Amino acid sequence: MKSQLLLRYALRRLLGVLPTLFCIVSASFFIVRLAPGGPFDQEQALPPQIRANLDRLYGLDQPLGVQYLHYLTGLVHGDFGPSFKLRDFTVGELIAQGLPLSLTLGSAAMLLAVLVGIPLGIAAALRRRTAADYGITSLVVLGIAFPSFVTGPLLALVFGLYLQWLPVAGWEAGEARYLILPVLTLALPVIAYIARITRGSLLEVLRANYIRTARARGLGEMRVLWRHALQPTLLPVVSYLGPATAYVVTGSLVVETVFGLPGTGRYLVQGAINRDYTLVMGMITVYGAITLTLNLVADLVYGWLDPTVRHE
Amino acid sequence: MNDAHAPEAAPGEVPSDLRGGRVAGGLRKGGEPRGASNDPIGGVRTAGEPRDAGSGDPLGGGGEPRGLWSDAWRRLRGNRVVLVALSLVVLIALVALVGPLLSPYTVEALDWEHLASAPELTAAHWFGTDRLGRDLFVRTLYGVRISLLISLLASAVSVVIGVTWGAVAGYIGGWIDTWMMRFVDVLYSLPYLFIVIILATLFERGSLSVLLIAIGAIGWLTTARIVRGQTLTLKRREFIEAARATGVSVPGILFRHIVPNLAGPVVVYATLTIPQMITFESFLSFLGLGVQEPLASLGSLINDGAQEMQSAPWMLLVPATFLVTLLVCFNLIGDGLRDALDPRDR
Repeated sequence: MKSQLLLRYALRRLLGVLPTLFCIVSASFFIVRLAPGGPFDQEQALPPQIRANLDRLYGLDQPLGVQYLHYLTGLVHGDFGPSFKLRDFTVGELIAQGLPLSLTLGSAAMLLAVLVGIPLGIAAALRRRTAADYGITSLVVLGIAFPSFVTGPLLALVFGLYLQWLPVAGWEAGEARYLILPVLTLALPVIAYIARITRGSLLEVLRANYIRTARARGLGEMRVLWRHALQPTLLPVVSYLGPATAYVVTGSLVVETVFGLPGTGRYLVQGAINRDYTLVMGMITVYGAITLTLNLVADLVYGWLDPTVRHE
Repeated sequence: MNDAHAPEAAPGEVPSDLRGGRVAGGLRKGGEPRGASNDPIGGVRTAGEPRDAGSGDPLGGGGEPRGLWSDAWRRLRGNRVVLVALSLVVLIALVALVGPLLSPYTVEALDWEHLASAPELTAAHWFGTDRLGRDLFVRTLYGVRISLLISLLASAVSVVIGVTWGAVAGYIGGWIDTWMMRFVDVLYSLPYLFIVIILATLFERGSLSVLLIAIGAIGWLTTARIVRGQTLTLKRREFIEAARATGVSVPGILFRHIVPNLAGPVVVYATLTIPQMITFESFLSFLGLGVQEPLASLGSLINDGAQEMQSAPWMLLVPATFLVTLLVCFNLIGDGLRDALDPRDR
């Protein structure tokens, strides 16, 4: 019964993703086009004839509405259009090239954050007001405050240049050691947030009456923790996973720039600087879809874990 | 402002809705009272309890019952972490204002004798110089000025938008509320940076006002959610009903009666917005989308430093230290304020 409701709820939410994505694509299409300056504005103006030919080739001479419809039709067929600046590639090809690396980076960082953050938070809560707790809490404050564009270069400086344990930057396919520092940079703030949320949540859960009851029944601390306290403790963590994904997606822009990784993140920045319309649009669409989907997954996991959520 | 609180806002109930939004809920959970939590007076409070004599409270008048602000101020004063963080921020701001005047160099001046030289006292390059021989002490302090200025203004922008948006949506309700909050949800589900990048490309790069709007336009989402949640509970209270019954207009109710009662959570969140805005600004400048040469921001200095860190690590370490110190301090102040204004957790 419950699983059937959950399935129906999932389908309905999935259908809700499409209009949102449509809004995002439309809004960003018009905003990007409204920006002054175009992809073919250069220091030295192109001869008008060549400029006109270029505009015609890329359909820029048509009214904005026609371009918009054209873009949407292409998108439905999975065609993101050609890149204006990286002439030999379509945006689809660029994304297909970079996405596997970006996804590896992002999911490794999320996994690391969950695996390290939750135990840290639990340890801090169980040893409340001890040196361990204060140590973890201070690290959390630092982890939240350090932006990744500072952590990245600092880690590269220490582990790459001074200790020479790991490569400073760059990428050779299949070599995991090039990913260690980027993944760490990306994961640190998420570890900090997850540890902080877990700690606060577990402290609150441990004050609940049913925990007192469980203890009164003579259950050991470990059993109380695993059987009774853990699941409600993790609920706020799960609901943080949605925003965390958005953070990791954004953070990957920095990390890929800092460590010179050939992922998709740097295309967005490059495209924005070069006014490469289709590239920016393609990146926004893909990242928007990924973020929306992962937010949805986080919501569903939450509903699955929390028996009080109703999917009517 | 102070008297608007006196009768209605009991401290215990003001931030109870902070946990409404997902992010807000997540962020505030961790807020364990630090320092002040040992204050034995903080937790116990009865309605007519007389004020302790000679507490030197700057906000409440003598003999009045203790209000939200005087209580909060007392807890804040007991919180040594917050006091240290606050003094550090003030110190950095003062140094950023005065420091450049003390140095013989200007932001753009090139010192050909000292290209990329390490920090030293004899040439008065206290923090060293960059590749072009520009003095890093002056440039870093200019960067601090710009980062602080932009982030404070952007926080103000986002608080104004957020409070208005949330209060209007919450008070009016109905389909207007639904659509206003749907809009917030859509923006929320996007990585904020995309919007900032789109907005930053909208206009020419390097314009400070555009940068300001771009980051201010994105910081208001959480504020709007928190304010809406608060407004929903406030609007059912008797004093609002009384205002309505005596014929106060809707804007009058919103801005005279509802908004002043939101001050607690708004102040807390505004303080936590400042480090976010500093990060956004530095981040955009780091990517080359923000402050442009010859001006410097902490972000662009860190970017320059990251390129040269092998031969001139101070170029990275100096601006990074300033940035991180500011961020840690503002975060600590925000956490401290939240603990002070929300005694629920003790």
